[in-house]
Amino acid sequence: MIVRELELDLDAFEGPFDLLLTLVLKEELELREVDVAGIVLAFLERLSDADQLDLDACGEFLVLISALLELKARGLFPEEAAELLELEPEVAAEELARRLAEYRRMKDAAGWLRDRLASEGDRFFRLGPAPLQPKAEQPLAPQEPEKLATVIRLLAKEPAQVSLAHMALRFPPVSQFVERFRAVLKRRNRFDFDQELGGLSRVEQAVAFLAMLELRRNGEVAIEQAAPFAPIRISRTDVEREDSWTLRSA
Amino acid sequence: MDAPLRLITSNPLDQLARTIEALLVVASAPLSVQELAEAADDDAERVEAALELVRERYSEGRSGIVLEHVAGGWAFRAAREAAEACARLFEKPAQRNLSQASLETLAIVAYLGPCSRPDIARIRGVSADSAVANLLERGLIAEAGRDDPSVGGAIKYRTTPLFERIFGLESLSALPRLDDVGADAEEIRERLHAVAEKRTA
Repeated sequence: MIVRELELDLDAFEGPFDLLLTLVLKEELELREVDVAGIVLAFLERLSDADQLDLDACGEFLVLISALLELKARGLFPEEAAELLELEPEVAAEELARRLAEYRRMKDAAGWLRDRLASEGDRFFRLGPAPLQPKAEQPLAPQEPEKLATVIRLLAKEPAQVSLAHMALRFPPVSQFVERFRAVLKRRNRFDFDQELGGLSRVEQAVAFLAMLELRRNGEVAIEQAAPFAPIRISRTDVEREDSWTLRSA
Repeated sequence: MDAPLRLITSNPLDQLARTIEALLVVASAPLSVQELAEAADDDAERVEAALELVRERYSEGRSGIVLEHVAGGWAFRAAREAAEACARLFEKPAQRNLSQASLETLAIVAYLGPCSRPDIARIRGVSADSAVANLLERGLIAEAGRDDPSVGGAIKYRTTPLFERIFGLESLSALPRLDDVGADAEEIRERLHAVAEKRTA
C-alpha cells in the first residue's frame, strides 16, 4: 500500500494524500480546514482492506500525519506557540484540546449560521438607516488640564540648534596666492615654500600649493625638492634662464 | 356615502391594533412592546393583546405582509411567497457572499460577544482584522465599548439587531446551544468501530 496515493474524500479536499500535502505546503489549502481525523479514518479503512498489516505504510503514515497535525496545531495558535512550549506536555495537550474544541464549536456555529442564512434567505424586510440602533459611547477617561498643558509645553519646545560647523571651511581663491608668490618673486629670486607659508592653516597651505602648481604650469616658476618631505624651493624661471645663459656664455 | 360599507368588528382593541399597524409600517427597525406602548400611549398588556390581532391578520398565506417577532421587537416583512418578486427588485448586501472567515468571526461575536479582535484571533488562530472590518461595514456587528477604557484597551464588538433580523432570530438567546463536540465526532466513532469490527472478524 502506498500512503501517498491514499484517496481522500474530505469536506475541504478530495484527491490523493500527496496532492493534499503539496497544496498544504504551497499554502494553497488552509490546514485549518483539513479534517485530520478524516485522513486517519480513511487510512485505517484502507488498511483494514488488506489481510496483512502493512507496517511500512503504518510507519510512513504516522510520520506524515504527525507532521501535519503539528503544523495544524501551530497554525491554530501562531502567537502562543512559545507560550505553549513552556507548559508541561500534559497541560499543553489539554490546553490545545480545549482550544481546538472551542474553535470547533465556533466552526459548527458558523455552519449553523450558513444554514440559517440559506433557510431564511427568502425573508425580505424594509431596511432603514437604523436610527434606533444604539451607538456605543467611547468616553475619554477624565483628563487633568495641567497635564495637558505640560504635554503641549513639551511639544512646543524650541528645537535644538543645528550645527553649521562643517560649513565654516572656507577656501581662499587660488589667485590670491598666485599674486602673493609673484610679489615675493619680484623681491627675491627664490623662496622656501614652508618658510613663506608656515603660519597658515592646512586649507590655506593646500590652496597655496595649487597656486604654486599653477605658476609652474604657466612656466613662471621652477620647483625643486631634494628629497621627499624636504623643503620645497620655488624660484623664478627667468632668473634660472639667466643663470644658465650666463653659465653657458661663460 | 360617509359610513363605510364594511361591518366594523366590535373588538375593543381594534383601534389600538390599527395604531400599531401604522407604527410598524413607519418603523425601519423592529419595535419593542415598550416602544409601541409609549408611542400608542397605551399600556403594554393591551399592546401585546393588540399585537396578537395584528399577527393574525398579517400571517403567511393570509397577506403579502407578515408580522414577525424578531431582534427583540415586532416588525413587518414580506411574505415568503413574494420572495422571488422581492429578489428581482432588491439586493441583500448585508448577507451576500459572507466568507467562511466572516461567518466564523460572526459566530464568535454572536456567542461570546462582546469580544475584541484579539479574542477572536485567539480562537481562530489568524488575525481577525479584515473579517471584523467586513462585518462592521455590513452592519452585522458594532462596537460595544473597550476592554478597559482607562488603559486604552481593545475595542469590543457585539452583533447588531440587523444580524438578528437577517438570521431571523428573536434574540441572541435563540441561537442553538453548541455541544462540546461536533456532530461528526459521533460519525468518526462509528467509522472507527466499523474498522475495528472488520479487523477482529
